[in-house]
Amino acid sequence: MLAFLARRLLTLALTAWLATLVVFAVLEVVPGDPALLMLGTSAQPEAVAALRHQMGLDRPVPVRYAAWVGGMLTGDLGTSLTYARPVAGLVAERLEITLPLALMAMLLSAGLAIPLGLLAAARQGRAGDWAVMAFGQLGIAVPSFWFAILLILGFSVQLGWFSAGGFPGWDAGVGPALKALLLPAVALALPEAAILARVTRTAALDTLREDYVRTARAKGLRRRTVLLRHVLPNALIPVTTILGLQFAFLIAGAVVVENVFTLPGLGRLLYQAIGQHDLIVVQGVVVLLAVMVVLVNALVDIACAAVDPRPQVAA
Amino acid sequence: MRARRLPASLVLGAVLTALVVGAALLSLVWTPFPAEQIRVVARLRLPGPEHWLGTDHFGRDALSMILVGARNSLSVGAAAVALGAALGVPLGLAAAVWGRWGDETVARLADLTFAFPAVLTAILLTAVLGAGAANVVLALGLFNAAVFARVTRGAALAVWRREFVRAALALGRGPLSVTLVHVLPNVAGVVIVQATVLFAVAVLNEAALSYLGLGIQPPSPSWGKMLGDAQTFLFTAPLQAIFPGGAIAVTVLGLNLLGDGLRDLLDPRHRSSGVL
Repeated sequence: MLAFLARRLLTLALTAWLATLVVFAVLEVVPGDPALLMLGTSAQPEAVAALRHQMGLDRPVPVRYAAWVGGMLTGDLGTSLTYARPVAGLVAERLEITLPLALMAMLLSAGLAIPLGLLAAARQGRAGDWAVMAFGQLGIAVPSFWFAILLILGFSVQLGWFSAGGFPGWDAGVGPALKALLLPAVALALPEAAILARVTRTAALDTLREDYVRTARAKGLRRRTVLLRHVLPNALIPVTTILGLQFAFLIAGAVVVENVFTLPGLGRLLYQAIGQHDLIVVQGVVVLLAVMVVLVNALVDIACAAVDPRPQVAA
Repeated sequence: MRARRLPASLVLGAVLTALVVGAALLSLVWTPFPAEQIRVVARLRLPGPEHWLGTDHFGRDALSMILVGARNSLSVGAAAVALGAALGVPLGLAAAVWGRWGDETVARLADLTFAFPAVLTAILLTAVLGAGAANVVLALGLFNAAVFARVTRGAALAVWRREFVRAALALGRGPLSVTLVHVLPNVAGVVIVQATVLFAVAVLNEAALSYLGLGIQPPSPSWGKMLGDAQTFLFTAPLQAIFPGGAIAVTVLGLNLLGDGLRDLLDPRHRSSGVL
């Protein structure tokens, strides 16, 4: 287990380092001068020179990369040109919306998908199974941003139960804030729930074929008890792995869905930074998101290994 | 001998995909109106005899835009899949020959790629290279390359363990020759199934990026941009937010069903229960 942990942490560090290298390299290949791109062609040469100095563009590439990575390790993601504020502070503010949104979406997704997947497995080949599999196909096919628009159309425009967008802030109270995040979370959760329901169904079907499940049934245990006590815990391992992998897609989905609902989260910050040519914000946010994804996947792997060390021992 | 019954998902997927491909091809020769024609006098019309699916806020015919949008969406999807396959399949085949080093290279490449979801890569690229279909193809293609590499490597390793490959090696054939003559034809099925699934993912991601204004650029119509525009007029013309989304969903559903059906056909052990 210790060897696995060391190997997984090494892979995590290597991937995170490669991610910083990729983001840095992509921004290095900007055609023309990044400072000019950010300030516009009508900018004063002195302003361009000052920004070049601030961005460190007058220093050699390796020195600049080392300074950038060193800064990140100490929580310094640079200073936004548009907001004239440290990017780390902006990110921290926006995470107050994006993290609860992603968490809500994950909870909704798991809360819907796991019972549906178990139901489908228990009723394999029957109407319930077909309905869940149809939900799986449709949920994957419907783009989350279109589903988000449909939710606005139904619950905001037609019924008037929710506002069509915006965020009142946590100061307005937890209730109103969570209400503002509910529709975006539902929109984000749909495709993830569709995938997760299929994974749960497959994992549960595999477990149902195991001898110990047959023994439990033969002992006279009720179907529901067998499903909840014997099938579910074993099916949860692949489900947790997929849930971890889905975090990346939730983050990517949040970029789009936050824009549908004009939520001032990390995704919207990134989107606005592109429009404003604020490359320092783009660089900081993208690398942070990538590292978060790598970290979550590593944590999920480690958690799965702690619960069931068999695959790692086999490897 | 009784003919094997085709999986229902394959038939349904093929019909839906043929419908979308047909719409895209039709747009090459006919659309009810020129898709980019602005007629302010006819703005936000409801569906009717003249404009079957109504018009948008510029008075452009929605059906014409959806037909041309199909062409644009499928073109971007096809290009992203082709780029991914062109980069990823040779890498996967080579990794299967390289052994441990190949394994490590593909594993690290996959880790890195999955750290950057396709939409995030596209956003990063459009931030530096500018918005447009070509950059979307590049971003989605790079993401697809890692997936193709991983899938191809896995399938190729299984082929390398088979008797006829060992026999070919014993007869003195080199790794390149064995890869091209024996391994590649045997992994083609897996690659085709993966291509279908990635095609669907590319259509979804292109739509999302075009919705954000980072994908296909106006005046060329795209389903994602149509949805972005329609959202502004949700209170006055809600139907305009229905049709483009429906087109995306039908396309993705068709491609996913086609992929599932092909997998069932090529590898019956993998068969999913029921139609779906």
